Amino acid sequence: MQTGPEPMQHERSAPPTPYVSVSAVSKSYDSGKNAALVLDDITLDIAPGEFVAIVGPSGCGKSTLLKCIAGLQPVSAGRIMVKDELVLAPPDNMAIVFQRDVLLDWRTVLDNVLLMVEFRGLKRKDFVARAIQLLTTYGLGDYVNRYPWELSGGMRQRAAICRALIVDPELLLMDEPFGALDAMTRDDLNVELERLWFATRKTLLFITHGIDEAVYLADRVVVMARNPGRIAEIIDIDIPRPRSLSVRQTPEFGEYTTEIRRLFASLGVVKAE
Amino acid sequence: MAWWRRSEYARTVVFVLLLTVGAWELAVRMFGIRTFLLPPPSLVAMEILNNPGFYAFQSLYTIYITAIGFALAVIFGIGLAIAIVSSKFLDRTLYTLLIASNSVPKVALAPIFVIWLGTGGEPKVAIAALIAVFPIVINTTLGMRAVDPDMIDLARSARAPNHDVMLKIRLPNALPSIFAGAKVGISFALIGAIVGEFVAGERGLGYVILTSQATFNSPRAFAAIVLLSVIGTIMFFAVELCERWFLPWHVSQRNARAAL
Repeated sequence: MQTGPEPMQHERSAPPTPYVSVSAVSKSYDSGKNAALVLDDITLDIAPGEFVAIVGPSGCGKSTLLKCIAGLQPVSAGRIMVKDELVLAPPDNMAIVFQRDVLLDWRTVLDNVLLMVEFRGLKRKDFVARAIQLLTTYGLGDYVNRYPWELSGGMRQRAAICRALIVDPELLLMDEPFGALDAMTRDDLNVELERLWFATRKTLLFITHGIDEAVYLADRVVVMARNPGRIAEIIDIDIPRPRSLSVRQTPEFGEYTTEIRRLFASLGVVKAE
Repeated sequence: MAWWRRSEYARTVVFVLLLTVGAWELAVRMFGIRTFLLPPPSLVAMEILNNPGFYAFQSLYTIYITAIGFALAVIFGIGLAIAIVSSKFLDRTLYTLLIASNSVPKVALAPIFVIWLGTGGEPKVAIAALIAVFPIVINTTLGMRAVDPDMIDLARSARAPNHDVMLKIRLPNALPSIFAGAKVGISFALIGAIVGEFVAGERGLGYVILTSQATFNSPRAFAAIVLLSVIGTIMFFAVELCERWFLPWHVSQRNARAAL
């Protein structure tokens, strides 16, 4: 629980150059004769330092969109720019957190965090102090030399977030990072992530199927529909930051989530009440 | 309590072995089975104890051939698997060829190896390595492929070089499979060594069995067979011991350090 003395009014004006620019992107998988259209004409700009959440049902292509932005999958049409450069391979200054923590069982928590440093060809010893500091911030100070299988699910995902943050990326892509956690752990991690973003102002793209989570965290919520995967609506979330979990009880929060639920109902994703 | 259970397991093994040997001894004596058909275990034991130097020498030779063959199989097996996983071309050619030739009865090649490599230790090592390499290369390849795709994406997102992905992700990920293959491989290597000694040799336990058969010296043949089973068991557990050292993280090895 935290409430700043004077909640900062965050700026809504879109800067001239977006950090991530997705324009008219389509993606289809060719499986013989019947090509399946996964993403249909997606256009989305993310400003530097903006927190965007994508919410949508399974099969709407939200994870595929993230992988395309990450340069892990090619697009079929359209183009994606990150920091004014066309994405053909994973861009620099980018880190990903997946739903599963994919920590390496044979490495300690510290060595798992430093793996990203090794991958990037940087010197381990330059990052050890930062890694320990990061892990301590995330409540893993006593577990630096433990192995992943000695940690709980929430701790493992915290370690995975530290692994993403070790190289201080400008762009953080999170693919349903808390989807496998229990509700209480998820609340904790939501609060921590909001605080992290508020303190560092990284450009953050967060994929989820949790409507509450998306509204609580994001500046803008992108609502996606499926068959084919497309953007149904983009909703600005005007809730002052820093946010505490109690904002979820406020009427304005309820209005946002009701609006999104109604949208999904009209799209036939969920049954109308 | 764990040590007690383990010691009970050991007691069970000893009990079953003693029971079997006892039944064997009793059967031979009760039914008056002739020694050249089935010598009693007591006679086999006497045979070994009366010629300790001879059996030690022959055993060491077979162990030596098996160990070298197995070591070559491990080196080539892992090397080939790395090549197969790294290259689509080798995957289509070499791996396909390996899978196809796996069904060839490889011991049948032993006489050919004698033609190629002579009657010394080389053909025996070669045949041991050849049979042992198959389970190792196939298991290692499967283990290196069975990496979580998210893990590979994570490495790609950090622009990890290929050798990092191989050495820091795929190879350690494959270690449990490598050891599974190695445990099969070590038994195969021993079979290979004996077959090699059968075909052409003047040393080793396989040679001892073959020459005993020629003179109907069954106690000697049985002595060699008993030693071979002891050697095979010890070698298997030696590989398992290495597994424990190498894989402290693996699910099958995790101790009571409870997850939180």
